[in-house]
Amino acid sequence: MDTVMLSRLQFASTTIFHFIFVPLSIGLALILAIMQTMYVVKGDERYKTMTKFWGKLFLINFAVGVVTGIIQEFQFGMNWSDYSRFVGDVFGAPLAIEALAAFFLESTFIGLWIFGWDRLSKKVHLACIWLVAFGTTLSAFWILAANSFMQRPVGFEVVNGRAEMNDFFALITNGQLLVEFPHTIFSAFATGAFLIAGISAWKLLKKQDTDFFKKSFHVSIIVALLSSVLVALFGHQQAQYLVHTQPMKMAAAEGLWENSGDPAAWTVWAAIDPEKQESTKEFKIPYALSFLSYSKFSGEVVGMKQLQSEYEATYGEGNYIPPVRTTFWSFRIMVACGTLMIVLAAYGWYLSARKKLDQKHTWFYRLMVAAIFMPIVANTAGWIMTEIGRQPWTVFGLLRTEDSVSPSVTSGEVLFSLISFTTIYTILAVVLVYLFLKVIKRGPNAVVEKTEKITSDPFAKEGLHV
Amino acid sequence: MFELSELWFVLVGVLFVGFFFLEGFDFGVGMSTAFLARSDGERRVMINSIGPFWDANEVWLLTAGGAMFAAFPHWYATMFSGFYVPLVVVLLALIGRGVAFEFRGKGETEAWKKTWDIVILLGSLLPPFLFGVVFANLMQGLPIDQQMEMHAGIFDVVNVYTVLGGVAVTVLCLVHGLMFLSLRTVGELRERARAQAKMLLIPLAVLFVAFAAMTVWKTDMFEARGVVLSIMGLLGVVAFVLAGYFMSKKKDGWAFGMTGTVIALAIAGVFVGLFPNIMISTIDQTFNLTVYNAASGTYSLKVMTIVALSLLPFVLAYQIWSYFVFHKRVHEKEHLEY
Repeated sequence: MDTVMLSRLQFASTTIFHFIFVPLSIGLALILAIMQTMYVVKGDERYKTMTKFWGKLFLINFAVGVVTGIIQEFQFGMNWSDYSRFVGDVFGAPLAIEALAAFFLESTFIGLWIFGWDRLSKKVHLACIWLVAFGTTLSAFWILAANSFMQRPVGFEVVNGRAEMNDFFALITNGQLLVEFPHTIFSAFATGAFLIAGISAWKLLKKQDTDFFKKSFHVSIIVALLSSVLVALFGHQQAQYLVHTQPMKMAAAEGLWENSGDPAAWTVWAAIDPEKQESTKEFKIPYALSFLSYSKFSGEVVGMKQLQSEYEATYGEGNYIPPVRTTFWSFRIMVACGTLMIVLAAYGWYLSARKKLDQKHTWFYRLMVAAIFMPIVANTAGWIMTEIGRQPWTVFGLLRTEDSVSPSVTSGEVLFSLISFTTIYTILAVVLVYLFLKVIKRGPNAVVEKTEKITSDPFAKEGLHV
Repeated sequence: MFELSELWFVLVGVLFVGFFFLEGFDFGVGMSTAFLARSDGERRVMINSIGPFWDANEVWLLTAGGAMFAAFPHWYATMFSGFYVPLVVVLLALIGRGVAFEFRGKGETEAWKKTWDIVILLGSLLPPFLFGVVFANLMQGLPIDQQMEMHAGIFDVVNVYTVLGGVAVTVLCLVHGLMFLSLRTVGELRERARAQAKMLLIPLAVLFVAFAAMTVWKTDMFEARGVVLSIMGLLGVVAFVLAGYFMSKKKDGWAFGMTGTVIALAIAGVFVGLFPNIMISTIDQTFNLTVYNAASGTYSLKVMTIVALSLLPFVLAYQIWSYFVFHKRVHEKEHLEY
């Protein structure tokens, strides 16, 4: 394989892996902050136990998210040096601000939160977890500001063959960002919420600590429901935006070779043949694509063939059609998961609110355990659609992927790093799952016992005052 | 008047100084878990002494990287792609180290702990060494072509000079970490940490003298900026001697401040010596990356300056506050998080 392909493979695999943990961290931080607020406001110790128990999982996950993020910041320069030269002026700024504004905030206050239980007042300690939650969300904003530039470049001019920033405000009010950020952030909240809800369901299935896990389920399912609905709403906004700014991505996501005709039908299923440039065995819902694209039941969506000739006129000869099957199916996987999440969260919320969470619903508990992976699959599929659907570009209309790679790095070197990163990530994943299961099996009582043991330690007092 | 790109060169320098000063001691503490600790309890005390800080310390590196990307895209691109393999190793080390702190205490078996101890050692030893090698390479010059691409073979980057730089940085971090430990621990461990730091001062001095001599011989830094560098060198010697003096007087806080000063002067010296170059080409001087030809546009630098200067005071304030919150010494008998 050549350097471009290997570098793409590495970027894709490290980013997908990193982005399993990032949304979990963002979502869990928010839910922990909510739980701890309930503890501080209500003075109910059970919420403290909740914060500590779920906090354990959060910290394991957070550590993996942090360390896999270091690669993310380095590999633009390492593997995509020509890209970095071209866009650094514009793209580097949000990255630097992300580090300065968000990374410092979350890393400092997570330290204060972990070690500060006995050293800070209740309210200050509570403020720490809120600042962590705020920091993770802020971090998402800045990195998505950078990504949005790749989807829809704004606020720049090309000087001496490099993109130079000329309007910072345009960069952070990029229309793409305004739809991409809420869509991503609510999906992150949902990801954290489904993890807690799923684990709670598992424990309820096993009839362990039922009060504790019913309460946890209740808190998380509210977050899950609200965010799943909002993800879908902002997803719809994003789709409408896409039709205008990256019509080729939308057309590929629909497997739409020819123009759709008016009104446009949404393809649920199709056999796509990129060689012959046709889709067969299609199953379509009338009017639905018009609604998806324009929020009304009329309007035509332009197909890939027409767009290809338009792009050739604008950008010169070349193939501007992204891998259609991948874009098409990743979109459908995302939408299917998202829809199921809403249904499950709604039903779970209904059961929980009506106090009907009991042993009659084992099938539902099982579904909720499986649903832990649903947001993760949806996140991954969504990003695959976004990034693959943008091909052949790294920065849409400005820079191609093949021109972005580092000229001085050999394919052997990339192969070495790809194998190393994949190996270490595999180990991380195994250890993380092992530790997760361990914490879950021990249950919330392990957290409580530990606290008591310290206070009964005859040396404890001395230890704290040295 | 100075140009904004010059200001950003200073800021990147400040970020690297901050990184080596802060992460320097937790690298040192990480190494000490292997070289100084005699029991699992001591090892845990050490890890907990840096527990609340190491993550935020590492962010100084990420911010330095981000600042290079934003302010000097060519520097970021040339250096990061040019040092591809060493950086892969640094990343693997930092990944392992970060999770090791979190994971180590979550298992009970000896094998589990031993495994993560090795990861902590390698993760704390390799990055300062490799960064030392990379920085020495920046001073020595690299095969950079007209397109600002660096094509370095292993023997371009690995030689006596650069390895010496790597070892010097590593030992410096170790001494700095030992002083941090004597500042944050109690009893016999505290005494041992200080004693080991003191013992390492002579070898460290030898490393420094050798590296400085080779720098005079191999680079033109002293020709270009002899006065400033000599003053900085002299200050470094004073700080070094004072570090030893305070160690003998058991004034750990002052001694830690002095080892930190040595680090700050050493890193700042690299930046002062390089200016206005940031990467020197050994092929042709005109291929050098400089503060001017590697920088972003003025607009971008202006925005970044405003953002950085308004955020940095807050960052410094809450980071200093976090050190204040955890100023108490760590004791084996208290509840240890890790």
